[in-house]
Parts: sequence; structure tokens; C-alpha cells
Amino acid sequence: MLYLPHTSDEISSMLQVVGVNDIDDLFSTVPDDCRLKSDLNLPEALTEWELNNHMEALSKSMAVSPEYRVFLGAGSYEHYIPASVSYLLSRSEFVTSYTPYQPEMSQGTLQAIYEYQTLTAQLLGMEIATASHYDGATALAESLLMAIRITKRKKVAVSSLIHPLYRQVVRTYFEPTGFEIVELGYLENGMTDIAGLDDMDDLAAVAIQSPNFFGCIENLRAAGEKAHDRKALFIASFTEALAYGLLKSPGAQGADIVCGEGQSLGIPRSFGGPALGMLASRKKYMRSLPGRLVGKTKDLDGKRGFVLTLATREQHIRREKATSNICTNNSLCALAAVMYMASLGGTGIRELAGLNHDKAEYLKKGLKKAGCKIAFKTPTFNEFVVEFPAGFEATCERLMEKNIVPGLSLTPYYPELADHYLLCVTETKSRDDMDALVMEVQS
Amino acid sequence: MKESVGTTGLILNEPFLWDKGRKGRCGFSLPRRDVESVPLDEELRGEGPDFPDLSEVDVVRHYTRLSQWNFGVDTGMYPLGSCTMKYSPKTNERQASLPGFAEAHPMLPPSLSQGVLRMMFELEQYLAEITGMDATTLQPAAGAHGELTGMLLIHAFHKSKGSQRSKIIVPDTAHGTNPASAALCSYCSVPVKSNEQGILSVEAIAEVMDEDTAGIMITNPNTLGFFEENSRKIAGIVHAKGGLVYCDGANMNAVMGIVHMGKIGVDVMHLNLHKTFSTPHGGGGPGSGPVCVKKELEPFLPVPRVVKEKERYVLSGDYPESIGKVQAFHGNVGVTIKAYSYIRSMGAKNLKKASRLAVLNANYIKESLKGTLHLPYDRPCMHECVFSDELQKDDNVTTLDMAKRLMEYGFHPPTVYFPLVVHGAIMIEPTETESKEDIDQFIEAFKAIVSEARQNPDLLYDAPRRCKVRRLDEVTAARKPCLAG
Amino acid sequence: MKEISELNLPDDVRYTDDHEWARLEGDKVCIGLDDYAQDQLGDIVFVELPQTGDTFKKGEEFATVESVKAVCECYLPVSGEIIAVNTTLEESPELVNKSPYGDGWFVEVRPGDPSEMDRLMTNVACLEKLKGAM
Repeated sequence: MLYLPHTSDEISSMLQVVGVNDIDDLFSTVPDDCRLKSDLNLPEALTEWELNNHMEALSKSMAVSPEYRVFLGAGSYEHYIPASVSYLLSRSEFVTSYTPYQPEMSQGTLQAIYEYQTLTAQLLGMEIATASHYDGATALAESLLMAIRITKRKKVAVSSLIHPLYRQVVRTYFEPTGFEIVELGYLENGMTDIAGLDDMDDLAAVAIQSPNFFGCIENLRAAGEKAHDRKALFIASFTEALAYGLLKSPGAQGADIVCGEGQSLGIPRSFGGPALGMLASRKKYMRSLPGRLVGKTKDLDGKRGFVLTLATREQHIRREKATSNICTNNSLCALAAVMYMASLGGTGIRELAGLNHDKAEYLKKGLKKAGCKIAFKTPTFNEFVVEFPAGFEATCERLMEKNIVPGLSLTPYYPELADHYLLCVTETKSRDDMDALVMEVQS
Repeated sequence: MKESVGTTGLILNEPFLWDKGRKGRCGFSLPRRDVESVPLDEELRGEGPDFPDLSEVDVVRHYTRLSQWNFGVDTGMYPLGSCTMKYSPKTNERQASLPGFAEAHPMLPPSLSQGVLRMMFELEQYLAEITGMDATTLQPAAGAHGELTGMLLIHAFHKSKGSQRSKIIVPDTAHGTNPASAALCSYCSVPVKSNEQGILSVEAIAEVMDEDTAGIMITNPNTLGFFEENSRKIAGIVHAKGGLVYCDGANMNAVMGIVHMGKIGVDVMHLNLHKTFSTPHGGGGPGSGPVCVKKELEPFLPVPRVVKEKERYVLSGDYPESIGKVQAFHGNVGVTIKAYSYIRSMGAKNLKKASRLAVLNANYIKESLKGTLHLPYDRPCMHECVFSDELQKDDNVTTLDMAKRLMEYGFHPPTVYFPLVVHGAIMIEPTETESKEDIDQFIEAFKAIVSEARQNPDLLYDAPRRCKVRRLDEVTAARKPCLAG
Repeated sequence: MKEISELNLPDDVRYTDDHEWARLEGDKVCIGLDDYAQDQLGDIVFVELPQTGDTFKKGEEFATVESVKAVCECYLPVSGEIIAVNTTLEESPELVNKSPYGDGWFVEVRPGDPSEMDRLMTNVACLEKLKGAM
């Protein structure tokens, strides 16, 4: 076997040093009734070349570009990833190292994460950011729990236009805790109805996603003011990080905590994971942040260096009193994001975000002309909801046969929205791709 | 001693990204603009982040230089105890980056995603087979996330029986994440001490187990590197009072194909694919922490689940008792592909051999360093062995000093100061992928350091001097935190 | 770490088993962490204190102290209302190491039951207890 270097001579001489005759003797502490009596029932080992064939066959059955034109977004976005980012990210010094507990041997990862924290804070308009979390959904759940810890209140208000799967994760996290979740409804214009907040007391937090699940850009400032009136923390959540290349940042609109999904920033979709949970906050909440943080410091000679810091908040010291049970971040995904943000630069991210917006507007216009209805009037970024003529399901099936996945049906998540689909257009969709979709919808 | 692996070499200084930026550069090939510009409402438009502008060359040099300040398994031996830093096969990386996997949208209809669904379905079965359990979820993103999922399952189980319980038993050798995960489910942890052999005794559990205790979290093999020999009897006691047994499977690398976790009474356990199943640690993630359960807990697993209907795979959310979801989509699928590739490359025979060699390597180190370092529990170990700095007390040298000096010999230090039950612990897990000569060199390095401790302790106090930085001021970092530039 | 003989345990304060100290100053009690505790913890990086106006019973957790490697909870030696908090510790937690009985004080309390002071240990008793523990 390629990865098992021991020769039989070496095994013999090692056994001699250990003072046993057989490797089996080393397992003498495993009682007989704990043992597996037969061989594991697994498929026969494949050679590297057989594995290649097998995996390629599985891979080929998947609907991806360029064979397919996929207009799905909803929390996972198709964006171009420069070869330089994928290449740098494959450097084994980054890939095969552990959490940087020994900082002298991990300065590369540590400086890169420090840069990630800095650029993330800038993108979201906040003062500080964590070293990353599992995904946007868990980042939201952790943010809500953080607000509960800070305010010592037990109720949170969550917009019904936060990604439905994120809300499901929050419900799962909250189930055993006894904390209460109140959902805020939505208005005809596709924005969260924040009027209900006026009657709510004892709120730890108000959470709003922008652009929301319908793609609509929320009025974060107004929601934030209402939250603060009620002495609750205001949490702004997001699924499309690229939007903040163009839109006003959540920090500039009064958010106390900003959390969401950074997959758009140079991370392949990989059927939904690994992803990148981003979480940023105001500096005053620093010691309540869940998860890892990297800080700048100096070494014995006064040279700049980096360490994991504020570790006493964490489980390995605080055990059951820790701010969370998180042991890792999604380090390599954070590295991808910072490499991607650095490649784009301030000038590039603005242009790329603008292009996403403009392309989505182009498709909107095309579909409107084709007789479809744009469901909500509120401005959007790169996603929007279309109300197709009744019975669009059949059209949808036909489109898929033509290698077009036209969008996500909203009916399973919002039963009142029959024939409503969420469509996403990024820079990867050419004018021809969009024209083709419009034409197919029309015919 | 052979020539030390550690040496000096030229690495380069590198400023922050933002000190390198020059307005007007770009490292990204911006896609062609084939649609007209549509201005967005002024009210909504922001300034955009003030990122530095860099060329592709700037970015590539920057991160190449940073990478050279890092040490990885591909660089050398990385014997972190309880972390299983085994070699990550390169073919796994290739498979996960195949376009059909890497570019697949998580909400594709099943008819357009059969390949990945099949992979997930089969991997779930393999992991259930390896552990001796009945069903698996791949959704948890990491080990600690798996623990949380396991606790949520136990919580849901008790709720379905109509009576919630308030406590959970957590041994003192447990990972810190164990009590933290239990606390997230509002369980209060009841600590239990291990006995003089470093394992749990039946009596200690019998004493604390009652009908208000939801279950027990056992790490097996435990963090001292011992197999919990009494686990079957302990499970009997816990089950008799209606509790469940959670097994932290972080150390599964010692017992693949050898121990049947189902047989010893485990009801739910997590695996760390980034430990046992060779997926890379990535400097602290992404990992993957699948959870395997017995039949009685299957109805509570997260949704959607991959189900096989005739020859097709579908996603089903039709599990009314499910705890819901612990990640937005299907877990860290990109990581699970690597573990799948590993299992398919190894097969049953080599997985078992890997465990056997991992245990041989650990015992070889234990016997070779015994006497040089204090061995608090002198008995056969599994995948890792735990020493302490007791013998170096007279030299005024600590575990930390030895760890830092080890870097200069070209090794990543072992896990230090854990488990807490051993004062000044040095926890060494070589894994099966280290060859005898690398291990011999490690042993020699440790012996050399111990003799330096006696003769010239300054070498240890001043270490490391060959790394990018010397020891860092963690106190100032925590007193006056600077988290962004 | 200090030997027992090196510990500074002044006789004008009383001690708890958990190594808080309390000093009666007129009608109020000043409270902090003793020399043994600060020495064991090492470099202190953060102190989380209650707010003035909060009230606690004797033995209730009122503060947390963090060093780089450990966290400890502090329990109030006497019941009462917090009437002053040492806010300089926010910026300079190292004062707890430098001057545990002086500038490193934590809070002042208006005691609910001043006789609780008598039930705390004297420096002699505290020293004996430490010797016994070692």
C-alpha cells in the first residue's frame, strides 16, 4: 500500500523493541467481546487508476457547466475562480498543517487569517471578524446565541426572508435551549415586515438578511433602528458576500453583528460544502465572539508575529462554560476567500459586483418582455423572484432536458408562492445564455 | 545520531497585503461586459470595500512566501496526539476537484446529481460498517459539530420518550469540546475521574448514573491512548437506567477492523474524517464529522437523507422526528469525497493494517522514550502515548521548552499539556504513515533534547531560533487584542 | 511560581477558601484576588466585573479573571451591593498581578451582614491552609 511504509523486516525489529511477538499482542487490552470477528465488508481496494475511472464516472453524471446552464443561487453561487487562487490554495504547507497551536511553525496560516479577518471586517463595515465558521447557517445560529449571551435575554426575532435552510439550522440549535424564535413576516414588496417589532419586548436580537432570500435589498438601517429602540442587538445576515462590493455595508447601516456565507469568494460549490461562515462584530463584543481569533503581537526580538488569541473563551479551557463548542474554523476556506479578495482588489470587486447586478437586470428585462412577472418591485442584486405562468413545472422539466436549470421553485419553502421561482445570474452567465433561457421560456 | 533534519534556509519577509497594494492593479481577469450598465439606486449603493489592488504576481508571491512559514504533514512528522496527522493522499484531492463534484450546486434536483448522491449513500454505509453501527449522517462539519449533533440526537430521543433528563456523564480525560457540546443542549456535565490505570471503572459510573442522566460521553480509545476495557459493562449500566452511550470516535484510527463499536453498547458516535480517513486538516478546517447511530436513533438524524429507491438515489426530508439540520446543505461534501476515495483505495484489509501499524508505531515510541521521559501509565497503548516532564523538573526544563526545541530538529511538537490528568503532558501520536527511520530520527531528537536540557538548557529556553519568529508574546496579544490591520 | 514563604498575605485583610480577599474600610468592604491566586494564574489578561448596583449573596459568582491559559470565577466573600468597581482593570488587568491588595482591587461592597467578615480566614489561617494543601 502506497501510504503504509513499513517493510516486514522493520515490523519485526520494531516488535522486538516493544517486546512482543506479534502486533496482535498490542491489542491485548481489547476484550474479546468488543472485537469484530470477521473482516469489514467493504468493496475491494482500487488502484489509483481504477479509482480515477470510478470517480470520473460519478462526476460525469452531475449537471454542471459548461454542459448545463444553471440559474440556481439560493445560498450557493457560481462565480469564476482564478487559477492562481486554486493553485495557491493547493500548497501543501497550507493544506496539510493543523490548527496553529504552535505559532512559530504556523506563521503563514496565521498571517493569512489575520488578513482574512481584516478584509472581512472591511467588506462588512465592521471592526473585527472571527477566523471563520462552518457555513452561513451556523454563523447565524452562533450570532443569535452570542446576542442572547450578551443581552441575557431569551427571545430573538428572525425575518422569514432569511434563507429557509438557515432558519431550520437555527431551530435545530435552539430546540434544546428553551430560547424563543419569533418570525417576522414579509410585505408585498418582498421585504421583511418590521412593523411587528413595535410590540415585542425582551428581544435579544433582530436578524435580517440582505439581500434577502427573494434577492431583495432590505432597508437595514430602518430595521437596525427598530432593533435598537427595543434594546436588542441588530444582526445582519447574508448569503451572497459579493453583494457588498456594490451595496452599502451592513456595518454602515447600524448592524452590531454581521454573519453569512462567503462561498462566493473563491470557494467551489462542492454540493454545498465546505463553505465559509463569516462573522464580524463591533469591537466591544470581542470577548463574546464564538470561535477562533488570530491576533497580532511581537516575538522575543520585537519582530511582528501572530497567535491564536483570547483562547480562554474557548472550550479547551472553559469547557462547559465556553462561548461555543467550536474547535476549528474553516481555515482553508478563509484562505481561499482572502486570496480571492486580494486578487479582485477594491477596484475589481466593485466592477464584478456591478456586472452581477447588471446581468441580473438584463435577464429580468428579457423575462418581463417574454410575459413573465417579476414578483417583487424592490431592487435586487443578482437574484430575483419570477412568477411564471401557472403550470411552469412542465416547462421546467422540458428546460432541464435541454440542459437548463431555470431556478429554484419557492413553493416548498413558501407554499403561498405557487409558480414562483428564484433565479440567479452571476458573471458566469453570458448574454447568450440568458437569451437562450428567455427563448425557451417563451416557446 | 544522524544529521538532524532541521536546518536553516532562506525564507523571505513579506508585508501585509495592504502594504503591497497599488491603486489600479488587478489580479483577476474581469469577465467581458456584454450587457449594459444599469445604475443601482443611490440610496443602496455603498463605497465598496477599500481592498488593496494587487497584480496576480503580487498575490502569488505573497501567499507563496507565507506558505513557506508553515509546517505541514507533507513537510515532516507532525505527531500531534489525538489529532491523527496522517498523510493525506494526493489522489483524494484530485477526485474532490473533479468538475462534477466541485461545481455542483447543492439544490440540483436528484435526477441531475446521481453521482454525488451515490457517493454519499455509499460512504454512509461504509462508515456504518467500519463502526458497527446502523446509519450515518454526513452533515456535521467537524468533530465538535458531530458531538453537538450527537447530543441533539440524544436530547431528541429522550424527548420522544416523554421525559427530558438534565445531566450527562463526561470523564476527565474527555476533549474540552465534550462538555461544551453537552452544555449547548442544556445538559449539565457530571465529571468522572479515570482510575489508576487511566481508564474508567465500572464502579465510578455506577455511582453517578441515575434516571436523570441522559447518557455518557466516552472517548474510546481515550486521550491517554488506552482502550476503555470496561466500556461494555459501563454501557450496560447506562442502558439499564435508560441512558444512551455517546462515543467520541476521534481516535478511531487505532481500532478500524478490530473493534465493533456497536457490540460494546455505543448508541451514537462521531468520526473525524480529517483524522481517521486522511482528509487534510487545512490549517484548522474544513473537516467533517459524520455521526453514526444505532437503529433506535435513526429517525432523529438530520434531513435530508439520501435514500435509494430501486436503482436511483433521492433526497428525502420525510422524517417527522428528525432534529432538523446542522448545516445549510449536505455537509462538507468536498471533504467526504476525499474520505470516500481513501476508503475505496484502502479496502478492508489496508484499513485494518493502518490501525495495526498506527498502534505499533505508538508503542515503539513509548518503549523507546520510556526512561528518557517519564511515562505516567506504563501499559500497552493504542494509537498514542502520553509522557510528562517529571524527569526534567530538576533541570528546570518544561514540556513547552522541549516542544519548542523539537521544532529546530525539524519536527512539529506533539500535543502538549493535554490531557489535563497528566501534569506537563506530552502526547505523541505518530500515525501509521510515518516510517521506522523517521520515527527513529524523532526518538533520537527527543533523546538529544533531554540531554541538552541537562547540559545546556539555554538551548531549550531560547528555542526556537530557526523558525520565522521566536516565542511570541501571547500576554500582550490577549491584553490588548489587535485582530485587524 | 512562588514558594509559600514568598507569598504576600497581609494581616489587614481576610481570606476565602477560593482566594478572594476582603478588607473592611469603614462601612464598606473592598474586595480583590489574593497573591496566591494571581501567582497561580500567571499574567492576567482580562477581568470581567459586575456593575455598581448589582447585589450578590455571599459565595455567589461576581467576577471572572482570565490569564492566557486559565479562567477562574470569583465568588463574593460577603453578601451585599456593589457600590464601586475598579474600572482601571479594563485597560490594565496587569494591576492584579502587580498590586493585588492595592491598585488591583476589584469592587467595593456595602455589606448586608458585616458579621460575615468574621467568618473569613485571617492571614495566619490562610497560610496554614496553604501549607496543608502542599
